[in-house]
Order: sequence, then structure tokens, then C-alpha cells
Amino acid sequence: MSSESAYSVVAKFMEDYQVKTSQKLKIIDLYLGYILITGVIQFVYCALVGTFPFNSFLSGFISCVSSFVLGVNLRLQVNPENAKEFKSIAPERAFADFLFAHVVLHLVVVNFIG
Amino acid sequence: MPKVAYFRVTPERQQILLKGLVLSICCVLAFCVRLFSVLRFESVIHEFDPYFNYRTTKFLTEEGFYSFHNWFDDAAWYPLGRIIGGTIYPGLMVTAATIYKFLHFINIPIDIRNMCVFLAPLFSSLTTIVTYLLTKELSNSSAGLLAAAFIAVVPGYISRSVAGSYDNEGIAIFCMLLTYYFWIKSVKSGNVFWSVLCSIAYFYMVSSWGGYVFLINLIPIHVLFCIITGRFSHRIYVAYTTVYCVGTILSMQISFVGFQPVQTSEHMGALGVFGLCQIVSFVAFLRKKLSAANFAILWQTMLYLIGGVVIAAVLVLTVSGKIAPWTGRFYSLLDPSYAKNNIPIIASVSEHQPTTWSSFYFDLHMLVFMFPVGLYVCFKDINDHNMFIILYGVTSMYFAAVMVRLMLVLAPVMCILGAIGTNHVLTSYMKNLDSVQVVKEKKGPKGSKVDNTYPAKNEVVADQTYPLKNVVAIGVVLGLTLFLGLFATHSIWVTAEAYSSPSIVLSARSGDGGRIIFDDFREAYYWLRQNTPEDAKIMSWWDYGYQITAMANRTIIVDNNTWNNTHISRVGQAMASTEEHAYEIMRELDVDYVLVIFGGMTGYSSDDINKFLWMVRIGGSTDRGAHIKETDYYTPTGEFRVDSEGSPTLQNCMMYKMCYYRFGQVYTEQNQPTGYDRVRNAEIGNKDFELDVLDEAYTTEHWIVRIYKVKDLDNRGNPRT
Repeated sequence: MSSESAYSVVAKFMEDYQVKTSQKLKIIDLYLGYILITGVIQFVYCALVGTFPFNSFLSGFISCVSSFVLGVNLRLQVNPENAKEFKSIAPERAFADFLFAHVVLHLVVVNFIG
Repeated sequence: MPKVAYFRVTPERQQILLKGLVLSICCVLAFCVRLFSVLRFESVIHEFDPYFNYRTTKFLTEEGFYSFHNWFDDAAWYPLGRIIGGTIYPGLMVTAATIYKFLHFINIPIDIRNMCVFLAPLFSSLTTIVTYLLTKELSNSSAGLLAAAFIAVVPGYISRSVAGSYDNEGIAIFCMLLTYYFWIKSVKSGNVFWSVLCSIAYFYMVSSWGGYVFLINLIPIHVLFCIITGRFSHRIYVAYTTVYCVGTILSMQISFVGFQPVQTSEHMGALGVFGLCQIVSFVAFLRKKLSAANFAILWQTMLYLIGGVVIAAVLVLTVSGKIAPWTGRFYSLLDPSYAKNNIPIIASVSEHQPTTWSSFYFDLHMLVFMFPVGLYVCFKDINDHNMFIILYGVTSMYFAAVMVRLMLVLAPVMCILGAIGTNHVLTSYMKNLDSVQVVKEKKGPKGSKVDNTYPAKNEVVADQTYPLKNVVAIGVVLGLTLFLGLFATHSIWVTAEAYSSPSIVLSARSGDGGRIIFDDFREAYYWLRQNTPEDAKIMSWWDYGYQITAMANRTIIVDNNTWNNTHISRVGQAMASTEEHAYEIMRELDVDYVLVIFGGMTGYSSDDINKFLWMVRIGGSTDRGAHIKETDYYTPTGEFRVDSEGSPTLQNCMMYKMCYYRFGQVYTEQNQPTGYDRVRNAEIGNKDFELDVLDEAYTTEHWIVRIYKVKDLDNRGNPRT
């Protein structure tokens, strides 16, 4: 019985999500889903093929994780529901920070990928 | 009056001017108070480790970054060599080389040695500014100014950042406080910009000191406590996740750190809290979206699923050995008896001994008392960032108690919390300085005491919770000012007397008050540099390795890096064995010269005979040294004596013979026989002996350094002994 309820809960949640979230947030969520899939593919590939060279694997995987995390942060800061927590951060500022963080991240990733 | 109008500055501008003035005075003070040894002796690098850093910095400026990063040094740890590029924290050298190159670019031709000597005081000034900024974020700017003043002179920090002490800690404290400043800023604002700056500062910290492990555990502990106390918010999520992800990949760019952040237990805490953050955030997100009943159903299924997966993963990884357990150095912080029982090399370093009570007071003076006050103030108005400083204070308190060297990590937080406490006390009492005692008559019921403490209705009076408020306030303020003055005096006295000795140059007062300089170390190293062949190999105890490579420029057998315990043990066996046995070991290691430090003539107590028992312990700790037992070197009653009562094994070992060769004919003190050792206060037992396998090559002016040449094999193959 609980699994049936769990399934119905999840279904209701998906429906709510479709209706209530704005276009902006859905785009970000799509981007996050893409990053997640890339990360999973990398991890499965590493598990199959082996960890040599480890620095390349780490670099790629951490790039995925960090991009995901930065995307989540952007979503949090842009979401008008959270406005009272992030008082002084306009959405444009949030996006600019997102870009800055990505520049730093990818410089390091390119250096580390070997 | 028109003239006054021009000079009239608005209160805001006055404040800014005053703050700027106080801060600049603190910076200048921080720089100047560290210059005692330069004024008393000369601009010279101190101690042992800084000589290695100096040598690598020189190499970096001469050969360039690529050669430096890939440097394999064959002049140390003969015949093994040492990979320097991959086993150091390059932050210090790169910083010094960058400033050096910049100064040369603008045509200020500073010498590299002077650059190294004055780098630590320069960074102390910068630390003062960062401490001000950090405390301003935590509390307010007046506490910030106090903290800046404290950290400019606190002896706990000065001890490792004096001019000439060119060591990692000099810049590490600056990097650490900078990282903490950016972390607090990002927690307060939830901005990704500050978090990225925090990661970059963390990268700088990782490049400068091995103590970065403290940071990568303290920040997750802070987040964990926020989760536990229910303060977890989107801001903290944003701050921590960004700092962890970007910071980790940045930290792996340092070769010495390599893949440790994903493989060793010391970094697993951070990873665990990262995962926990994701889970807590996701759960909070679901809880917001779903109704209570629905959420409860989903929660149960998820809990079992995710919990099971995580526990299984951790078990598998730990059991299969993919995650390394805690290394010895850090494990001994959690279990202080571990090093003593298992790793004699770590236990023998004087900086790794537990801290005494007197050290705490000596290094921190008044801050020891104001620290709990600051903690109380932080607890009173607790919020996210106050929690951080409380955690920092408590954890560094524990670590400073375990190891003397970590007093350095405690000093900044003592300054910050002490400043917050002092500021709180001072502001509370300064408000009362102007409180006026209002005495008024009240009509109370007959027979009752006239109570002056409650204000009458319709009358506005000053708060009168206790009498003589302004007098008490004056007393407290004056008292605290006196304490602050005493703190400054004590700190500067401690700096001048205890922490400004270069160790490589000693000085003493002669009977008529004049100063005698003992420059024996440099005398001996330069003798080696000028009188030995370029490929000569020098054997000495590991303490002096760095100095020999830097100043004498010769190959050595073991040095302060102590990365190979077996090799050091071999040298210890050579020192502790008889000449015959030692000669075998020295031929095996291709040793040409042997160097010992001897303090018996001058009374210099950090000499090799006092370190000898450690040589014995380390020498006997490996297989080939099984014949060396510590008890052989004691008298039957268990004492370590060098006179005629001493053990015969001691009196015939090579170290003894090297130190006391020809010493038996020397008068050292009045009314004492010849051969009187002024450190052990005894007349030596074995006086007139000849050396079979060594030739005395050089003894310095005050007999502090003695150099012997190892004799070649006999012409006809006869044994030398």
C-alpha cells in the first residue's frame, strides 16, 4: 500500500511542478538534468574502463558536480520565493556570479584535465 | 570663524580617518616589532627549515617555475635524492619570488635574502588588516580595531613570523584568515561571488601550509552545527557547496596534495557534509512542496533507500582500502600518545610536545582571560557567523593544547574573541561614564526604608541599577586600559627576549658586559664550502641538513624533511656504534666528512650529546640497528652520564669520540679539571684517546661545530681499527 501511495505522491508532485514553476526555473532544471546525465555517464565509463588517468576523470567528474551545484545555486537565487533570504541579490547579479564562478571552475578544470 | 569651518570634518569622516589611522599604526607596529633580530644581529635567515625555503626560493628565481616544479634534488638524502617539486607547499616560495620579480621590475634591486627575511613581517601587516575586516564582519568595527591591535603584537603569532623566520606559517596565517573572512562574507550574504573568492583564498592557503586540513574540517563542522541547530538556510547551502566544489578542485592543483582530497580520511568529513547538505536541502524542498501526509509517506521510502545506499558505499570503500586511514601526523593530534608509542621521529620534534600552562600565558597574556568573555558575548547573540568563530575557538584551543606548534593557530582566534569581549566590556562601561546619580526623596509608607533605587512616576532619570555607576565605570575602563597597556608591554618584551634569536648566531654577555658573538655555524659551513671537493658528502644528524645544503652547498645524507626513517636510522646507528662498525656504515653511504655540534666548551645546550638519546632510539628502531639498545648507554642505575661513571658503550661510541676528541686537554672553567663539560657539568670519563677511522678536519673557534674527515681504506687493506 505504501508503494502505491508513494507513486501517487510522486505523480502529484510532478503535476504540481509542471503547473507551478515558471519558465525560467524550468530551463534551469533542464540544464541541471543534462549535467546530471553527463556526470552519470562519466562515472559509469570510469567504472567500466578503469581510473587511469585519475586526474582526467576527477577533473571531468568534479566539473559536472560543480556545474550542477552552481546551477542549483543560480536556481535558488533567481527563484522569487527565496527573495527574502537573498536580500540584496538581483537575478542579474546572480547570473553574473554564476558566470564568474564558471570561468574560475573551467580554468582549473582545463589545467587539471592533463 | 571661517578657518574653523574648513577644518570641520563631519563625524562620519572623522570616524573613517580615525579608523584608518589606528589601522595603519597597527600595520606599522606589526612590521616593526618583528625586527629585533635584524637590529641586534643582521639580516640573516633563522633556524633550520627557513634555510630550505630560502634555497628553493633562490632556485625558483634563478631557474624559473617549470624547473622548480619538476626539481629533483640529488644533493640531499644521498644516495636516494628528493623530489622537491612534488613534496613542498610552493605558496611561500612563489609569493617571495613574485614580489622579488615585481620589485626588480620597478627597479628596486632587493637581494633575495632580504626579500625572504622581511616577507613574514610584511605579511603580518597584511594579517592585521584581514583580522580587522574579519572581526568587523563578526561583530563591529571597534572590535575589529582591537583585534588588529592584538594580532599585531600577540607573541603566539610573532614567534613564527619574526623577521628572518622564513617559514610557511608566516604567510599561512594570512591566507587562513583571508579564507575565513571570505567564508563569513559568503555565509552572511549567500553570494556566489564571495564563495568563489573564498575558494581562491583556500587555494592560496593549501599552497602555503599543510595545516589547510584544519580549514577543510572546520568549515564543514560549522555547516554541520548549523544543520543540527536548525540554522541551515539557502545561504549556507550556496556558500558551502560552491566553496567545497571549486575549492576541492583548486586544492588538487598542488602536486603535494594531489588526489588526497578524495582519498584520505582527513578530507572525508567535508565530502560527508557536502552530501548531507544536498540531502537536507532536498528534504526541505520536498517538505515545502508537498502536504504533510504526502511528505511523510515519501520520506519513509526515501530514508531507507538513500540511507542504505550511503552506508553500503562507505563500508565498501573503507574495507577495500580505497579510503586511506588518518596519517600519523594528524592521527597523533586526536590520540596524543600515538606518536610517542609508535613513531619516535614525530615524538622527538620539540615543537610537537604538549603545551604547558605557562606557555599559554606567555604567548597570549591577557587574551587568555578575555577569550571566555568573548565566547560568552558570541553565545549571547548567536547567529550563523558567531557560531563559526565559537567553533574555531574551541577546536583550536584543543589542538593548541596537544601541540606547542599549533599555538600559532590559536593566536588569531584568541585575538578576535578577546577583542570582541574587551570591546563589549568597554562599550558597556563607557556608556555609564556619564551616568548621573539622581538623588530624590520619595514618600514611602511610614517606617519603611526610603528606597532611592526606583524612579518616581513622571520623572525621567538615569538608570540606577547600582549606586556610583560612573565611578565603577571609570574604574573598569581604567583597569582595562591598564591591562591593554600591560599586554602590549609584555608582548614586546617577550618578542625581544624569547622569540628574536636567529639560532644560527648566538650571543652571550662577557664578564665586563660586552657582547660575544658565536658565529661558529656559519664559520663551519663556509669552511666546508671552501675547503672540500664539490662532490663531498657530509654526514650529520638530520637537524642540520637544510643549513648545510643551503650554506655549504654540499651533498648530505639526511635532512630535516625526515621522510625516510630507515635512512635516518642508519645515520643514528653510525653515530651510536663503535668506530669499527660506524666505518662500515660510512663506507656504505660514501661519507667523506662528518659534522657534529658540541656545546661542552661554551655551555651551548642544544648540542648532539643532548640529542644523542634520540639518535639511539631512532637508530635502534629498524632491523639493522637491532644491536643498539638504549639501556646500554645508561649507567647501571639508569642515568645518562658522560663522566667516568658513564656506560662504556657510550664512552666508546663514535659520537662521544667525535665530540670529546682532544677535549681532555682543555681547561674550560676555573677550579675544574681539564675536560670539564660545561653542559653536562661533569668531567668526561674517556679523555685520552685517538681516532682510528677519522681525521679531525676543522673545529670552529668555540668548538661548537667539529668536522672530521673519514679516512680512506688502508693502503694494504689492513683494517683500520
